[in-house]
Amino acid sequence: MSRVSRGFAGRRQPVADASRVPPGQYVTGDFPVLSAGPTPHTPLEEWSFAIGGAIEQPVSRQWQEFRALLSETITVDIHSVTKWSKLDTSWKDMSVDTLLEGVGGDPQYVTAWCDGGYTTNLALEDVTNGQAWVAYEFAGGPARLLIPHLYFWKSAKWVRGLRLTAGQPGFWETYGYHNHGDPWLEQRYQGD
Amino acid sequence: MARTALPRRLNWQFAKVVDVIEETPRCTSLLLEPPAWPGHRAGQHVDVRLTAEDGYQAQRSYSIASGPEDTDLLLTIERLDDGEVSPYLVDELRPGDELELRGPIGGYFVWERSSGGPLLLIAGGSGVVPFRAMLRHHVTSGSDSPVRLLYSARSLDQVLYRQELEALASDDRIAVRTALTRTWPEDWQGHRGRISPELLREVSWPPDEHPLIYICGPTGFVEAMAGQLVDAGHSPGRIRTERFGPS
Repeated sequence: MSRVSRGFAGRRQPVADASRVPPGQYVTGDFPVLSAGPTPHTPLEEWSFAIGGAIEQPVSRQWQEFRALLSETITVDIHSVTKWSKLDTSWKDMSVDTLLEGVGGDPQYVTAWCDGGYTTNLALEDVTNGQAWVAYEFAGGPARLLIPHLYFWKSAKWVRGLRLTAGQPGFWETYGYHNHGDPWLEQRYQGD
Repeated sequence: MARTALPRRLNWQFAKVVDVIEETPRCTSLLLEPPAWPGHRAGQHVDVRLTAEDGYQAQRSYSIASGPEDTDLLLTIERLDDGEVSPYLVDELRPGDELELRGPIGGYFVWERSSGGPLLLIAGGSGVVPFRAMLRHHVTSGSDSPVRLLYSARSLDQVLYRQELEALASDDRIAVRTALTRTWPEDWQGHRGRISPELLREVSWPPDEHPLIYICGPTGFVEAMAGQLVDAGHSPGRIRTERFGPS
């Protein structure tokens, strides 16, 4: 029921890409960033990745041990809530399924926590079954989440661990952004 | 930090364009009258949506330049030559048109009187837009926090809100320092060249006074400023950033 903006023609995506671009998004070749504070710089010798919270077997891996896990290279499209999408981005990463193997318990939700104090909340079903990864070897690491089927703020940068919880909102989620963040449903803000 | 109220849907609405103000050769302000504006806090932004005849739509986010106490909503748009939305807003839109928007959005890069200070605002280019809202709120709310704006622009004719910033700076609590990075008048009294660590140290309060710091501008600028402040001993937890890419 939108009214036409007088004189606006717009610049459509090439047809080949159009089906890959969620509503309200545009394709960029750049890699804009969004973060709330300064870039943290944790030395690798002090870096670890921890799985904790409501599970039976908490585990913390140092950088070397983390890197020794089975890794893969994947190519995915990513979608930022700030409206840009970037197609065919390649990442070297390991699956969150691998990281969660054998931790036990019956958790339903995950809070990802990061250097710099950033957090984001996720349903366990959004980070398992080959839908989520921890990526490394990219500018600004050491590691970030990669959950391409949700808006990119859920792919937390500088991630240091996953805390399995009863579900509580993360950083942007407390500031009015959507709890789930599905770009195809345009779940940008609370109530969308 | 408390959650703000209950989830409420941010509905799209058609704001009337009351005035179009050419601020600089690259930036234009739109004075808007949204029919149902719920109010905003200084530093928040809105989403703007354009619709073509065939139903194609494009959305972008823009910082709010007006203070929470101002009657109308002011957006200042930088025209990006290869952009899809900003050239339309700057070149095509005229008073009497309607502009579809929703907001306000964002709750972190926000300053309110209760946020306190001392307050250091660091702007690169059109990154100064949300700071206009903060400065206006500072004055209107009667805040007694000292505030310093350090503003980097390419040249004098690119400085946004120049007269208004000069007027604001006559307030004892407010200081404005402008750095011109590419060209400057011969008699330019402000800083010449990019913001250096020395200038940053000179303008900022020392880390042990725990200034609350907001940085807004292009990614490279924000990274450089935030990095220098952390290196100088400022707590990362007191530094809030807002970055924009070439979108």
